[in-house]
Amino acid sequence: MEPLLAILVGLFFAAAIYLMLSKFTIRIMLGIAILGNAVNLLLFTSGRLTREVPPIIPAGLDALPAGTANPLPQALILTAIVISFSFLAFLLVLTYRAYQDLGTDDTSEMRAAEPDNRPLPPLGY
Amino acid sequence: MAAATSTIDLSAALVTAPVPIGHWFAILPVAHCITLGAVLLMLRAHLRLQAWLAISGLAMLALIDAALLAKVAAEGPLTMVMGRWLPPFGIAFTVDLFGALMAFTSALVALAAGIYALADIGESGRRYGFFPLLMLLMAGVTGAFLTGDVFNLYVWFEVLLISSFGLIILGSERQQIDGALKYAVLNLIATTLFLIGVGILYAVFGTLNMADIAARSRDLRATAPLMTLASLFLLAFAMKAAAFPVNFWLPASYHTPRIVVSALFAGLLTKVGIYALIRVVVMLLPVERQELSPLIALAAAATILVGALGALAENDIRRLFGYVVISGIGNMLAGVALGSPGGGISGAVFYALHSMVLMTALYLAAGEIARRGGGFLLSGLGGLYRQSGGFTALSLVLFLAACGLPPFSGFWPKVILVKASLDSGAWWLAAVILVGGFLTTIAFGRLFLLAYWRPAPTAAMPSAAVWRTGLPLAALTALIVGFGILPERLLALSQAAAAGLADPQAYLHSVFPGGAQ
Repeated sequence: MEPLLAILVGLFFAAAIYLMLSKFTIRIMLGIAILGNAVNLLLFTSGRLTREVPPIIPAGLDALPAGTANPLPQALILTAIVISFSFLAFLLVLTYRAYQDLGTDDTSEMRAAEPDNRPLPPLGY
Repeated sequence: MAAATSTIDLSAALVTAPVPIGHWFAILPVAHCITLGAVLLMLRAHLRLQAWLAISGLAMLALIDAALLAKVAAEGPLTMVMGRWLPPFGIAFTVDLFGALMAFTSALVALAAGIYALADIGESGRRYGFFPLLMLLMAGVTGAFLTGDVFNLYVWFEVLLISSFGLIILGSERQQIDGALKYAVLNLIATTLFLIGVGILYAVFGTLNMADIAARSRDLRATAPLMTLASLFLLAFAMKAAAFPVNFWLPASYHTPRIVVSALFAGLLTKVGIYALIRVVVMLLPVERQELSPLIALAAAATILVGALGALAENDIRRLFGYVVISGIGNMLAGVALGSPGGGISGAVFYALHSMVLMTALYLAAGEIARRGGGFLLSGLGGLYRQSGGFTALSLVLFLAACGLPPFSGFWPKVILVKASLDSGAWWLAAVILVGGFLTTIAFGRLFLLAYWRPAPTAAMPSAAVWRTGLPLAALTALIVGFGILPERLLALSQAAAAGLADPQAYLHSVFPGGAQ
């Protein structure tokens, strides 16, 4: 299971980086969405991957028996999913707004903050 | 795959007893910020009340942080574990001297910015939620400084990131949207890189508690890919801190928001990146830091020079100050590269504390320059000296401190760093630090010449000075002068903080009172 997931994570990262290298904001957003999922899977793979024994402490014991699934990565992923989802939502709105206001989704033409023809600083006193 | 069996007695961690009252102190600043943020959000219809409550809350935060700092300085690191699930299971908040110092300084800076915001943030900005977002930003920043758990550090990074998104687009101008998009995307990618590092860290160590990691990294060095981990963390935090190859988002975005937001960001956010870098790379993975130090030194040198040269070429004073932030980051990275606890690290800690205060003060001064001179462009400014001698003197103090000239607080960390690099034989790094300081001096000299000494090109109509902008600026400048003239106390504190990072025995003992080994 682990090698399979590792390859999948690698593919996700490759796709995400390829998309994020694009000039167009919407592709960058898609890249970020895939990146978030890649990281979640990576976190998942970094714990023990088992599907047989759920992490439940049986009656009479006060620790998990050996060979159970690891609950911690699942807690970590849950946090990471919530965060990455909310950030993606924010970024999508921001991108849409930028497209409306700046009239382009090409990052090389988004020069409102750093215009191309800025005046030179004073060269003499 | 959780690694190697632990040397810690895990059965003790399952014994539940209430958290001792004294331990709650470690989490009080963060709880205070979040609670106040929520209360302020509820008061969104009462804008005056909201502002004053926020400022008294920030003053309260500064008091709490001061008390925490005093306690930690007197008694050593303080740990609280959530729900008494003892480490390595529970999430721990461990406050050591380094974290407490950074938290206290950040609270002072936020208080100054909050007072300045009374004048700078208009009603629409307050309606938009400036003060609640400020409190949540402080929750994120303070949480990052105080936490003792790597994943928890990631969560605080996200808290401060989402609040900073809200702050940076306050006003929704075209320029701000453009700046915010670049800031948001690049910072999110940096934080995701950090999360990748956390995932691999967990796979290697089977724990996320910093003290546990610090204790175990020695045994795992032969088998685990710790070098990969250190490099990943280095890249992620360098991106957060705007170090050389990954710094271009900073000058693209920091000049777009309201001036008080720029001041907060310049003062706090890049320093959180440096803090995390020092915490993870210096304390948790010291051997890897040593291996990586030539690379860090190169990045530091490039950052210093890029920052100084960028500052020389700028016309907009806010962008100029952005480049000064970058060159300051270079100086701190140089300290990390040198790594000796008495020299490099303590220099970096001192520089970070000084830079938090100074950068905020510089941006607040930029707002004041714009108010008096009618704009941020050097080509249009002039005649400020004739307008107000007091403000000119105050600005000159800030400029000299930023250049690292005595007798102001920028001088001492540079002395430490130059001495440390000469001691370790890295003469070229000392030279770069000095040349960077020289170029910054020229950049500030040019700014002073053009904006202050030159006769005003157009007759600007300054509005009357108000205490809301004057008071925080004067207070921050007084801090800079004070720590320039009487640096011994801060010097001793930053050396103690650096010693605690280099040899985290006290930190470990605070998390595992029973002994980790």
